[in-house]
Amino acid sequence: MSKVIECNDVSIRYITGDLKAIGLKEYVMRKITGNYKVKEFWADKHVTFTLENGDMMGIIGTNGAGKSTLLKAISGIMEPKMGKIKVKGTIAALLELASGFDGDMTVKENAYLRGAMLGYTRAFMDEMYDEIIAFSELEEFQDRPFRQLSSGMKSRLAFSICCMVDPDIIILDEVLSVGDGAFRKKSGDKMREILNSGVTGILVSHSIDQVKELCNKVLWLDHGEQITFSADVNKVCDAYSEFLITKELPASDKDIDELALAYEKRMAEEKARKDKKETKKLEKILAQGTKNTAIEAALDIIETNAPEMLDMHEVGEWRRRNNG
Amino acid sequence: MGDGIRSAKRSLSRFASNRFLFEELVKRDFEHKYKRTVLGMAWSVLSPLLTLFVMKIVFTQFFGRTTPHYTIYLFAGTIVMSYFKEATNNGMTSMISNASVINKINVPKYLFLFSKNVSSLVNFGLTLIVFFIFCIIDHITFHVSFLMLIFPILCLVIMNIGIGMILSALYVFFRDVKYLYSVFLTLLTYVSAIFYTVDQFHEKVQTLFLLNPVYVIIKYIRMIVIDGVIPSLQYHGLCMAYAVLFALIGAFFYKRYNRKFVYYF
Repeated sequence: MSKVIECNDVSIRYITGDLKAIGLKEYVMRKITGNYKVKEFWADKHVTFTLENGDMMGIIGTNGAGKSTLLKAISGIMEPKMGKIKVKGTIAALLELASGFDGDMTVKENAYLRGAMLGYTRAFMDEMYDEIIAFSELEEFQDRPFRQLSSGMKSRLAFSICCMVDPDIIILDEVLSVGDGAFRKKSGDKMREILNSGVTGILVSHSIDQVKELCNKVLWLDHGEQITFSADVNKVCDAYSEFLITKELPASDKDIDELALAYEKRMAEEKARKDKKETKKLEKILAQGTKNTAIEAALDIIETNAPEMLDMHEVGEWRRRNNG
Repeated sequence: MGDGIRSAKRSLSRFASNRFLFEELVKRDFEHKYKRTVLGMAWSVLSPLLTLFVMKIVFTQFFGRTTPHYTIYLFAGTIVMSYFKEATNNGMTSMISNASVINKINVPKYLFLFSKNVSSLVNFGLTLIVFFIFCIIDHITFHVSFLMLIFPILCLVIMNIGIGMILSALYVFFRDVKYLYSVFLTLLTYVSAIFYTVDQFHEKVQTLFLLNPVYVIIKYIRMIVIDGVIPSLQYHGLCMAYAVLFALIGAFFYKRYNRKFVYYF
């Protein structure tokens, strides 16, 4: 196992309100009135994690936790103010990609330009172009100006171009699937296929179930602080779900354990409550129904929940008699 | 120094691998420029011609009687100046206008600036052809020395890229630069001796004109084309010094600040 991504004590800082951000006039004005203040804003503070070949890390956290900023730093768009990020291999980053196209150029030209920006070669684009257009289902629109496409079509094209690669590292920011209905399923399948091909990946998602399904590591950020980085995805996800309800941040690993337990308990309680409700509903049906339908319903329930209690042969006999 | 060479080499090889992107960007810039214009490329020739026409009408009265080949004199000035303006202005906005891409994809940003410079250079090439046609009409004989025009043009290209790099970095941080620079360009046009000659000035003032790199290039072209004189070695050195100076400052600005652009879009 080799280390593919190493993030060592990474901190990323934005500065707001300095000379560069507010322009010369405002700067002079504020200097004169004594209102000049530079605000530092740390989008990420002391984030540390290591991913090995084939790892899939989910990043969870509420809005403004610093997830997207961290992704930008890993894909090389931003440079951390402190700390080091070491990355081995080619990165394909799918950050919200429908922007950055050129409205006046045709779909085909845009596809080539985007391919070039993602670091593909011309030969590769020539080879893959038909596949990209076919996948995005835009065959009839190839020579239309990009401006005329609907926003769904735009993101379909963006997604298709990005997915045609075989990167070492894939970075996903809430773009597991795009488009509507059929395409959503197709793109989701394609993404899973890529993820299962053994790439190393990072996934930002607000869907906890997705993280549980796809990831074997999880990083929890909150307001730039690293709450935890762990391989116990289920535990951390449970703790995070509990945090979303109670808004209590864990201060230690023990707290995380407790949160996860609390969440499990909450889920168990909820399930019990639901079951009870269900039973009540059924009881009502049974009480209201005629004798035969009530027995029928009861049989169905027992058959699905505890089939070992029934002699299926006799049940069949009984059903034939009543239906026939 | 060794480090500098090595990093230059690395950037070169990186540039080679980015050729595809570069080509696509140039294509895009061209399409952008002439999209939905009836005359298309003809505009790159027409607009300097119109400028020339107006200047010729207005200024012949004042300077044209004493200056030999005044049309060519004017033309040399206007095409160099308009190329300089276009290339540096486009260079300045090259980062901001691609902010949405730079923000999302890790691309070598300088390619945006280079591609803009290529389309300006092609424009300049077209006007240069018209310039030579005018030379023929004005009975200027072509010498082998005309080949030397490649030198000042090369210097100008390098200079434009360098200045573009400086301006693009500044423009990301201070949007005021756009307005300052347009004022500066107007002033620069007046001190570049485009429609007047510098002979009337005191000799010391004439040397001051050499502080203006655009004027230095214009003068070089006029010396070759109109006077039929090959500039001195020192003069070549001066052209080159300007090119190298701006290229170095530009590279320094870019290298120092390009990682910070993304915070200010």
